[in-house]
Amino acid sequence: MGNIFRFYKDVDTDQIIASQYIIFPTIDEMKGHTFESLDPQFAEKVKPGDFVVADVNFGCGSSREQAPSVLKALGVKAVIAKSFARIFYRNSINIGLPVLICKDLYDNVEAGDEMDVNFEEGTITAGGKTFTCTKLPENLQAILDQGGLIASLDKED
Amino acid sequence: MGMTIAEKIIARAAKMESVKANDICTVELDYLMSNDGTTHITVDKYNSLKHPRIADVSKLVWIIDHNLPCDSVKTAASHKKMRDFARANGIKFYEGEGVCHQVMMENHVRPGQLIFGADSHTCAYGALGAFGTGVGNTDYLYAMVTGTSWVLVPETLRFNLHGQLPEGVYARDLILTIIGQISASGATYKAMEFGGEGLKTLDMAARMSICNLCVEAGAKTALMEVDEITMDYLKEHGREPAAVFAPDEDAVYSEVYDIDLSSIKPIVAKPHFVDNVCDAKDAAGIHIDEAFLGSCNNGRIEDLRVGAEIIKGRKVNPGVRFLVVPASRAVYEQAMKEGLMEIFMEAGAIVMNPNCSVCWGSCQGVIGEGETLISTGTRNFKGRAGHRESFVYLASAATVTASAIMGEIATADMIK
Repeated sequence: MGNIFRFYKDVDTDQIIASQYIIFPTIDEMKGHTFESLDPQFAEKVKPGDFVVADVNFGCGSSREQAPSVLKALGVKAVIAKSFARIFYRNSINIGLPVLICKDLYDNVEAGDEMDVNFEEGTITAGGKTFTCTKLPENLQAILDQGGLIASLDKED
Repeated sequence: MGMTIAEKIIARAAKMESVKANDICTVELDYLMSNDGTTHITVDKYNSLKHPRIADVSKLVWIIDHNLPCDSVKTAASHKKMRDFARANGIKFYEGEGVCHQVMMENHVRPGQLIFGADSHTCAYGALGAFGTGVGNTDYLYAMVTGTSWVLVPETLRFNLHGQLPEGVYARDLILTIIGQISASGATYKAMEFGGEGLKTLDMAARMSICNLCVEAGAKTALMEVDEITMDYLKEHGREPAAVFAPDEDAVYSEVYDIDLSSIKPIVAKPHFVDNVCDAKDAAGIHIDEAFLGSCNNGRIEDLRVGAEIIKGRKVNPGVRFLVVPASRAVYEQAMKEGLMEIFMEAGAIVMNPNCSVCWGSCQGVIGEGETLISTGTRNFKGRAGHRESFVYLASAATVTASAIMGEIATADMIK
């Protein structure tokens, strides 16, 4: 079980990690500034195993992979949104951060609620209800299962 | 079944006769562009690979443009990591030459190519009939190591342009109007393809401005039909197409839009979303603290000419910092030859070296708490230009310059 951090629609990657931090040398140095503009205490409050839940078009804007990377580094277990912007979605899978499309969750939960994900079933439980997520295409699920795209490079000779 | 331009370019890159929307293809990339916003992370990831290798170094182009000149010791470390790696590995490297997309357009991009850029505005390359798309570090690294990647063939939205923009209305107004119409997610995962007789009235600068901003509607790429204007630009820059693709007559589009260019008016995008547009006249009178003319969207010579013509013989409002930032060294040199820099300097503008400047809020020109910027930059997200409680309006070079003179949002006709 983890707690929900709930954000609205069209959350852009500048809000996830602002431009002035993405040029910092490492993800570890950036992660304390995650969601700083929307929730300045986010990085202190979030615990490993928590979830980010959002409305439509989560992660729009810049291609900065630092955005899913800081979420992963803080221990966010998955991001669940009604829909995702393209580059954020692809970046997340590439680094092994689960991103789940679920049309019904956002409108049925509040910030701070507890929830859990069954990744194999593609289901979410929260507030005694079960929600179904859209299945990932096979090639993306395969990347996620091996822990991200880099793992496939390390496997090759 | 007929193909769109996007499908034809992917088919070429996948060495297949045909592809269709929603196919997943393995493709060979023509160029891999990366800038200082993210390359330091790519270098770290590369160095931690078990078998680090570069498939074809001639396809890599690395450009320092985002924080240039360097603004802090931390940035300097990230720049040094990128610069040292580029030199050690023989990667084509630019620093101080301009904003990455402008440098790519001036020196590298050819019609028919498939290009990954570690920057979302890589879709600008569609102005030259190339499929450019933004990727993160990991996709970039995978392509750098293998020379290949996978792509989902996008569905295409077709935009048929008709007529001509009225005088005093620019490509920026057109693309903001389109984004306002289809929304910030209206083209997510899709290609935006532009053609029609109205396209012939738009010069290369206008085309770059349009394609560049398509990612703000979520688009994977933007593509324009190649014509004499494209070929003239290539010739002028000493290049030839890799392949010229026109869409088939029976190409399948998920939507077709007909846009009457003569109906477009000056537009601004209000905080904090690019699709939050209104007529510039309806925003007139809003106080501004800073104005920015530059960026990969509107820092070309054509934009500087528009600004210079409006401000010639006038002064920047004393309450405003007016930043003028050419998109490349070539643009800067041309502007000097034409006397434009003199005009801006005499008016009281702050003329800066080619870089991304305040467009991305981590370089010179950031704005403070409660301040308002009007900008030809690419985005107006919350905090994009500095403090998280600040405000960015996006507009054309003309509207930005007029606003710099007035100290409040104004269109050019309001000062004449």
